[in-house]
Amino acid sequence: MSCTLIGLAVETLPLHRLPLVQARVPGGFPSPAEDYLEGTLKLDELLVKHPAATFLMRVEGDSMIGAGIHNGDLIVVDRAIEPATGKIVVAVLDGAFFVKRIVVRGDRCFLCSENPKFKDVEVGEWASLDVWGVVTNVIHALK
Amino acid sequence: MALFALADCNNFYASCERVFQPRLNGKPVVVLSNNDGCVIARSEEAKALGIGMGDVEFKVRAMMRTHGVQVFSSNYALYGDMSGRVMRILGDAAPHSEVYSIDECFLDFAGMTDAKAHARKVRERVKQWTGIPISIGMGSSKVLAKAANKLAKKATGGVLWITPENADEWLELLPVEKVWGVGRSLTTRLAAVGITTARGLRDVEPRWARQEMGVVGERLVLELRGLSCMEIEEVAPPKKNVVCAKGFGRLLTDRNEVEEALASYVDIAAAKVRAQGSVVGTMQVFLQTNVFREDMPQYCPHRVAVLGEATAYTPALIEHALRLLRAMWREGFAFKKVGVMLLDLRDSTQLSLFERRNNEAARLRLQAAADQLGDLVRWGSMGFDKSWRLRAERRTPRYTTRLDELPTARAA
Repeated sequence: MSCTLIGLAVETLPLHRLPLVQARVPGGFPSPAEDYLEGTLKLDELLVKHPAATFLMRVEGDSMIGAGIHNGDLIVVDRAIEPATGKIVVAVLDGAFFVKRIVVRGDRCFLCSENPKFKDVEVGEWASLDVWGVVTNVIHALK
Repeated sequence: MALFALADCNNFYASCERVFQPRLNGKPVVVLSNNDGCVIARSEEAKALGIGMGDVEFKVRAMMRTHGVQVFSSNYALYGDMSGRVMRILGDAAPHSEVYSIDECFLDFAGMTDAKAHARKVRERVKQWTGIPISIGMGSSKVLAKAANKLAKKATGGVLWITPENADEWLELLPVEKVWGVGRSLTTRLAAVGITTARGLRDVEPRWARQEMGVVGERLVLELRGLSCMEIEEVAPPKKNVVCAKGFGRLLTDRNEVEEALASYVDIAAAKVRAQGSVVGTMQVFLQTNVFREDMPQYCPHRVAVLGEATAYTPALIEHALRLLRAMWREGFAFKKVGVMLLDLRDSTQLSLFERRNNEAARLRLQAAADQLGDLVRWGSMGFDKSWRLRAERRTPRYTTRLDELPTARAA
């Protein structure tokens, strides 16, 4: 793999306003219309399907590393989505928020980690599961 | 036939705190006014302890400590944002909606089939999506909807529809002073003639009501009878927060036009705030497209600003409002409504020395001088910052508006 330096990145552009420019390789005179700034890419549109129901949370700990959720990451939590087995959720345990995967085995319901160092928590029946919201995305900064 | 629904968030500020601190569920929760002076919100458990609305904090401090009451400073950034979310969901629930205060919204349910089932769905959705519990009262007039809302907490499922068939029974349960627009002196006068319930007031002769209580009183009686004849602002303008939001005559796509509308709404709302001798601590601005036009792109954002210094000075408030509007403005949408909500209203005598000096007429002179002096004045005012900051010792993080104050989810 090779890299070519093509210029300095503009650092001051706010993340949620990445300009999207549509241009074709000119075959003759460029049409003025092709200079038209098309609008901006908004990360909100990608990450937030239900704005009224979507919240961000900060992750603390590494029990979900197997799911790509690291200590210090931001998670996007959507309360409009119905929790279901297999989904990663923010659940309430002992009055605090935990990020876990729901696993149902028979009529027993578990909140599972994605790191062998951590034990799964059995919550009993589905009804006793207290889900705050469903995690839809992880925002992980590369350091 | 007319059918109004009033959706009201239960113990709104206390409920907002609970959404982000589930450990508070089942415990008594109290929220204090700015400067931590008095009680402005109570959970049901706190009400059961006898803590009253407006109770002075230091007088109930010892009692609250004994009972383990969880006490918080007000967090208007959080309340303003959560209100925006709730109102957005409510705005989707009816073709016409009217935000009445930070935690109340009228919905026009006229012509809706199975309105009660719809109201239940709306209530469930608000609870699931935001965590905020709401009650919905319905009736063929706004005063009736408000009365139904007051009683809805006692009804099953948090939804009550007062109909001609059940009106006797429910209005009998509502003390007359709880009827919208009935103040203390009217309550006393009505008691003198033996009227103590909403049902009693409904059943007086409208002509007698006109003689004794004026035009508003007569209309109140008609409203209680289910005849819609009042704009709600005529009955009872809200005191703790002021909302001004109106739909446009046509859909607007031009920012300048929306800005003009917003500025005029701010002007109206600011005048109301000044009339009651208050200043504004927090502002929320919201924008709505027409969600019932499925052929058009939708965008219904809201933004909150906690003002550096409380003010009722219209140009300052307009400036804040336009800044919020511009921060969320996007091209390519046709908007049907813009609105402003003025929150955290404080008694202007409560102002810090710096704010008082800065206020109203003095402010005009100050502003002219500031323009000439430029950075010097800004520098000086920044130096005052900490000395006049209000007490807010127990304010929770601004969970939904600050990246550095987000709630934590443990991966452990």
